[in-house]
Amino acid sequence: MKLLLRGGRVVDPASGINTVTCVLVEEGKIVALGEIPGEEGDASDTKVIDCTGKIVCPGFIDLHAHLREPGYEYKEDILTGSRAAAAGGFTTICAMPNTNPVVDNGAVAGYVARRAREVGIVNVLPIGSITKGQAGEELSEMAELVQAGCVAVSDDGKPVMRSDIMRHALDYAGMFDVPVLSHCEDINLSADGQMHEGFRSTVYGLQGIPAEAEEIMVSRDAMLAKLTGGRLHICHVSTMGSLDIIRRAKAEGVRITCEVTPHHLTLTDEAVGSYDADTKVNPPLRSEGHVAALREAVVSGLVDCIATDHAPHHIESKDCEYGNAAFGISGFETAIAVIMDRLVHTGVLQLSKAVALLTSGPARILGIEKGTLTPGRTADITIIDPDEVRTVDPGHFYSKGKNTPYKGMQLRGWPWMTIVGGRIVFKEGSVMEMKL
Amino acid sequence: MSFETRKDLLGLKDLSREEIELILDTAVPMKDVIRREIKKVPALRGKGMITVFYENSTRTRTSFELAGKYLSADTSNLAVSTSSVQKGESLKDTIKTIEMMGPDILVMRHSMSGAPHYVARNTKMRVINAGDGTNEHPTQALLDLFSIRERKGTLEGLKVAIVGDILHSRVARSNIYGLSKFGCEVRVVGPSTLMPPEIERLGVRQYFDLKEGISGVDVINVLRIQRERQHVGLFPSLEEYAELYMLRPNHLGLANDGAILLHPGPMNRGIEISTELAEGPNTLVNEQVTNGVAVRMALLFLMMGGRRDEIAA
Repeated sequence: MKLLLRGGRVVDPASGINTVTCVLVEEGKIVALGEIPGEEGDASDTKVIDCTGKIVCPGFIDLHAHLREPGYEYKEDILTGSRAAAAGGFTTICAMPNTNPVVDNGAVAGYVARRAREVGIVNVLPIGSITKGQAGEELSEMAELVQAGCVAVSDDGKPVMRSDIMRHALDYAGMFDVPVLSHCEDINLSADGQMHEGFRSTVYGLQGIPAEAEEIMVSRDAMLAKLTGGRLHICHVSTMGSLDIIRRAKAEGVRITCEVTPHHLTLTDEAVGSYDADTKVNPPLRSEGHVAALREAVVSGLVDCIATDHAPHHIESKDCEYGNAAFGISGFETAIAVIMDRLVHTGVLQLSKAVALLTSGPARILGIEKGTLTPGRTADITIIDPDEVRTVDPGHFYSKGKNTPYKGMQLRGWPWMTIVGGRIVFKEGSVMEMKL
Repeated sequence: MSFETRKDLLGLKDLSREEIELILDTAVPMKDVIRREIKKVPALRGKGMITVFYENSTRTRTSFELAGKYLSADTSNLAVSTSSVQKGESLKDTIKTIEMMGPDILVMRHSMSGAPHYVARNTKMRVINAGDGTNEHPTQALLDLFSIRERKGTLEGLKVAIVGDILHSRVARSNIYGLSKFGCEVRVVGPSTLMPPEIERLGVRQYFDLKEGISGVDVINVLRIQRERQHVGLFPSLEEYAELYMLRPNHLGLANDGAILLHPGPMNRGIEISTELAEGPNTLVNEQVTNGVAVRMALLFLMMGGRRDEIAA
């Protein structure tokens, strides 16, 4: 059975393609790109999909997501997270290790990988923890983690506060050529902060988290990456100062990359004024100056990828006092629409650039052979309808996490079809599951 | 003008000058009621009011309760420390339970900023914020405004210094919002570590030096300092705080003639205010307490649909 995607605008930044053409898929692989001869398309063993008016991209990769399984299945599990990812246009997602137990050994990493294969909707790549139990004290057995399929290490959710441990982590992970994904936060500075520190934290009477709580750690880690030669990736960059540090480090040849989230690119701390806990996220939504700097850095190429930091929570952790609420935003199912509506359609970011940040960008950081439509590669493909207008309704999310600050907002440009390994896993608004 | 379109009172931030004036004007005849032999008017007969305080309070809770009773409302109080909250009941469930018992007005205090805003969104009851975290304490500011206006005749153009822990003070914030709407020059005075970020963008000036800060002012509002702030490293000791910021009798000469002193209570004598001043003739601390009842009566009355002209002056 062949799949012919016909008439869509094919945007594959890795190979510099941005034109209306066809993509031919056979046995789970991309076999041809370009004008497909008529009879080929008419053959009875070929399913033809009319993509006129749509955008055909390499499958989107999210290198930063929380699937919560094992341990926190009431927030999300690998099945619901996979469905949500497919509905959000993601074909490959990386699962952060802050589960219970923590993914700090091969057995747990193997469980995540195995469970994801059973579910079989999207590619789920586990991330192992940097330290045992994410306690920040002793390195995890990284060789074993990599052996079990981990593509990176991270203590995301919390920082590695000890500089000596972070130094050794960068050094040691370098042997396996996996990046260290760093959650940069000086927890003594962020303390009990609830939102970005600045004028609005004064007005809303909420304790602030200064930009410096992030920047100090970005600065430290950049120095340690330089010292060790290790591969450092900065998670969810949210401040102007962090960008300056990363820019300087890159100029010096430090092996450093970074991601930003859709919410840090499109929302400011003003949203917190409603005391709606769905706006509570770590790092916090920042003020206009930071958001402008992030947008500029995305356009200039300083930022290497966009990641959702999909952080689903149970309703009771969000439907409460702001100070009691959990940090995090359920991001899979709004990411693309937010990027399309707020950044692409407004002219802030070119479409091909946005696609690169969701495909070749994260693939390069992870060192995986994905993120392009080059013939021969696995047919992971995301098709966007750039003109579909829909209002965000978390009640219709596949994710268990309904926590989104975008609820009720009308957005234009949504995932239309998601294809993983040549199989359609999402179309017409529905996730298609494999018949087990 | 009335409060019919306003369901809740969550802060002075979003109240207009006219609305504040209406409350203050209505509080004048209410204060007369308190002084009467028979302290009871039937204005809120058949209405129910409940106070729910998640944080300790002496004056605010009692003040609301008496205000309600003087207006003939049926008042009751949820003692949070002996309630199901201690069994882990969520705020949402607690409020729903109360709502189902039928009161019209919920007066709440909470240690977390925005908690009353969250509650207001989730209940049909009218919500009055009796202090939320470090956000606002609107009725305290209203009684401060009332006390100042009563003594000075007007609020217009006065210079007011608020002294103390501005960072954690909801009283300071509500006072800043309220006073600014009447064209007052507001100063905030205290150690740099107890100043909120970018506070001057609210149109106030900050002073780290007490003497400089109170020079030429008409009103000094002294805030309570809490020892727990020392433990998180915001200042070295209460002794040094008192050395730098305790208001003493000799300071009054720096302020304008007839300057008055306010304190929201409870006072730490010998720390933020000297005992002599705490009991001085220009100190309105006790008057503030009475005014608090009057202002809250006015607010309850207006929020339940009362009109200023229904109350005889």
